[in-house]
Amino acid sequence: MPEKYVIHTKTAPHRFEPVTRSGVIAWEEGCLKCAVCVKTRCIYHVYDHRGLNGHQMIDSVDNECMNCFRCVQSCPKELIHKSVNPEYKAVGDAYWTPHIITSLWSQAETGKIPVSGAGYPGPFSGSGFDAMWTDMSEIVRPTRDGIHGREYISTGVDIGKKPACITFNEEGKMGRELSGIVNIPLPIILRIPSFGSFTHETVRGWAMAAKQLATLLAVPGGEAGTDLDDFAGNLIPILKYPPLEGARVSGKYPMVEIEAASAAGAAQEETAVPGTFTVVTMALEEGIEKKAMELVKKGFSVLHLEGSRNGTFVDNPSLPLKDGIKAVHLRLIQENVRDQVTLLASGGVAMAEHVAKAMICGADAVYVDFPILVALECRMCRRCVKGLSCPVRVEEASPEWVARRSINLMGAWHNQLLEVMGAMGIRDARRLRGEAGRAMFFEDLDESTFGTLGELKEGYELE
Amino acid sequence: MSSRTDFRYPEVVETPSRFRNPIGKYRLHRTDDCIGCGRCVEICPYGVHVAKRGVMLVKHAYRCVGLDCVEPCHKACPQDALSLKRNLDFEALGDFRWTADLLASNWHMAEFGRVPVAGLEYRTGNSGGGFDKLRLILPKGGSGAAPETGEREVDLSLELNRRNDGAHRVRIQLPFYGGGMSFGSVSISTMLSRARAAEALGTFCCTGEGGFPDELIPYSDHMITQVATGLFGVREETIQRVKIVEFKYAQGAKPGLGGHLLGDKVTPSVARMREAVVGYPLFSPFPFHSVYSVEDHKKHVDWIKAMNPKALVSVKVSTPTDVDMVAVGSYYAGAHIIHLDGSYGGTGAAPDIAKKNIAMPIEYAIPKVHRFLCEEGVRDKITVIASGGIRTPHDIAKIIALGADGVCIGTADLVALECVRCHNCESGRGCARGIATTDPELAGLVDQDWGSRRIVNMYLAWIEELVRILRRLGMEDVQELVGRTDCLVHLDYLKENS
Repeated sequence: MPEKYVIHTKTAPHRFEPVTRSGVIAWEEGCLKCAVCVKTRCIYHVYDHRGLNGHQMIDSVDNECMNCFRCVQSCPKELIHKSVNPEYKAVGDAYWTPHIITSLWSQAETGKIPVSGAGYPGPFSGSGFDAMWTDMSEIVRPTRDGIHGREYISTGVDIGKKPACITFNEEGKMGRELSGIVNIPLPIILRIPSFGSFTHETVRGWAMAAKQLATLLAVPGGEAGTDLDDFAGNLIPILKYPPLEGARVSGKYPMVEIEAASAAGAAQEETAVPGTFTVVTMALEEGIEKKAMELVKKGFSVLHLEGSRNGTFVDNPSLPLKDGIKAVHLRLIQENVRDQVTLLASGGVAMAEHVAKAMICGADAVYVDFPILVALECRMCRRCVKGLSCPVRVEEASPEWVARRSINLMGAWHNQLLEVMGAMGIRDARRLRGEAGRAMFFEDLDESTFGTLGELKEGYELE
Repeated sequence: MSSRTDFRYPEVVETPSRFRNPIGKYRLHRTDDCIGCGRCVEICPYGVHVAKRGVMLVKHAYRCVGLDCVEPCHKACPQDALSLKRNLDFEALGDFRWTADLLASNWHMAEFGRVPVAGLEYRTGNSGGGFDKLRLILPKGGSGAAPETGEREVDLSLELNRRNDGAHRVRIQLPFYGGGMSFGSVSISTMLSRARAAEALGTFCCTGEGGFPDELIPYSDHMITQVATGLFGVREETIQRVKIVEFKYAQGAKPGLGGHLLGDKVTPSVARMREAVVGYPLFSPFPFHSVYSVEDHKKHVDWIKAMNPKALVSVKVSTPTDVDMVAVGSYYAGAHIIHLDGSYGGTGAAPDIAKKNIAMPIEYAIPKVHRFLCEEGVRDKITVIASGGIRTPHDIAKIIALGADGVCIGTADLVALECVRCHNCESGRGCARGIATTDPELAGLVDQDWGSRRIVNMYLAWIEELVRILRRLGMEDVQELVGRTDCLVHLDYLKENS
């Protein structure tokens, strides 16, 4: 497989013990001291190298236990029990669930795809991205075996001004149309999260990751200092309005990001930040497709739809990000400009599947923000927002470790993207964009399948 | 197979847990204040308390129905020596699809051969959609209990060959058979437990992809052998040995992705069976690289028919958007059974992203395929089997009402063998409970006599429950239920006035 399709991962151990879903409660009182104690028969040997992590006061048993319940069910005095860990339930929130967060931790540590046995344990469906399923191919359509390296699946996408055609000069050389395009090998741009207990050194770590992944990192303008010049080719400074610091950044970075308000003030794209091509960030609000078209008419070709942290519209939490992406994507098609515009989306992209699903809904690529913070063991507790200390001291992490964990996470996501695309039989991520016909939506399927099943006649009851 | 009438289901043989401490919903604590009056032993209908040499013991706490109990011992105790508590272990078990209640009720059925009378929700899980939001509509009043005299027995049997093409006539005595689990992914004891249960109940069980171990030869008349993309263990004699051959094009747990047996599980016996090297991981590719059209697929079916002309051919596929086209294509290629495996089931290791996201749940696929085959005019020429997340007799009734003829069961069999769904089937030496492992020491934890009795018991409880449901619906044959969506409501669409 060509080098550009490979993300090299390497285990990056956690600094803090991950929070586990359940813990072991093993009473000593009443113990018969059996000659062959059930604890000695644990096939995972969790009791053999049991120890207390003095730093965190955590018993290693809780983290090593694999929940087989054999000791629980075999102790003659019933002294061993499992119990749900209240700390686990407290991790994250309703959107950034404990399951998502702990899964991100393990992917950032190992760089591996989460694999488990015994079928799917989760809810039937949910809101937003959980209300859609991706397609697969069988018998009459080929799949692509990208994961075992037997076929190449490209996850590369293009960001920028895409010309409608290319021209050649008299010598047969290509014109300059493609100079405004940045190709990234993953449909993912990293982005500094809106909160977190990180420092400039953490940002340096993320910049290192972006460089190694050959993708981009969007950073607040103030963070893009000269000390990060080594990474300038991978940075997108986010500039505040007013004033635009256009002159300072011109030429140094592949692109800059400005807010829709700044863009609206410009007569046309060239005047917004002279000499640099621009990503315009639009808060995802109702009616966004109209505003998007206005910007496109001014010549802006890279639009960023910024949803809430929970993957919804900013002004209406009942509308999911995916619907906003769809609305803009379809409007651009309707106006015959879709191929000239790059659509980026952000907000609530928390799992690898969200990348594929956002693209199926019409995005060219996504921004990934909080997952690269969760990769650093963040628990989304938001203590930092209140000015309190970080329980996992993200600020103390070395840039090298930050980079490694972020690369591992993206490596795991890349492989998961290959799984989804391979099953669909799609071998180019650019073809994933807008392939809504290769997905199944809850709102289409559920009502059409079950909508008529609502009649309960007199004299009948439900079971 | 036996005819429609002379088959008799086996009797229940009570088969308790193989562990000292079965897990129940409640715990009962007895203090030293107990005077051994025996009141608790006397009143408990579930045998929780046992008197031993004048001392009262909480022997079977897992059978306690807790708050559902009509005459609670802890209230009746004259000494106030008993207290009832929730069992914390129970709360650490289970998930949205297989709640702790569902696990415990299937364990109960595997032990006693009947559904739990109280204390456990044994009909639905907590996934918030599909089966868990569908309800059967039954006429009020009727208990569904067996009538005293006069009425005919309810017939649960299902003829699998509807083509009249000279192939075997195969009638299974209940509308479900065992899904494919390969030697390698599960132990030989697990395979034998399932095969023996299938024989006792007059149905089938599938070898999965991984060969046909010699130990299973005595059960050949009740085995389905699988031909999957890796062609592991497929030989002419294994095809000729059976009445049903299953082509696995895809599987619900990882639709569109190949199989993967980790190196640790490729023990010498597995390697021999699969003609592979010990300790090396084995990949089943995806898809069949010999099939890229329905015509290619017909070639596959013809290939089986050349080796075993009387074999029924089952085609196992997953549930993409065009699942209806795949089903009808399979029919025209000569298949007898179209087996749709929905995306939420599966027993083997699979990437989490695939389990959750790729392909649609079986509850959507079956109505779509049923309708399409009806419109095509071939519905009565092919048997439609559903699988992928069917956990209870109620799920079976619901999916049949949505349009399937029968179902395929995998996970529930493992639950009968006391799987706790820890999801670690794939790691290290495999299942710590000896079910999904080829480690000789661990595999020894499951005894096949015990295992087959547990599965038979669970199925007998399911049969009783299905018969009860059909009686209440006024049906004498399970096939009357096929496609009867008027027997269902979905709670999200329940009209207010009804």
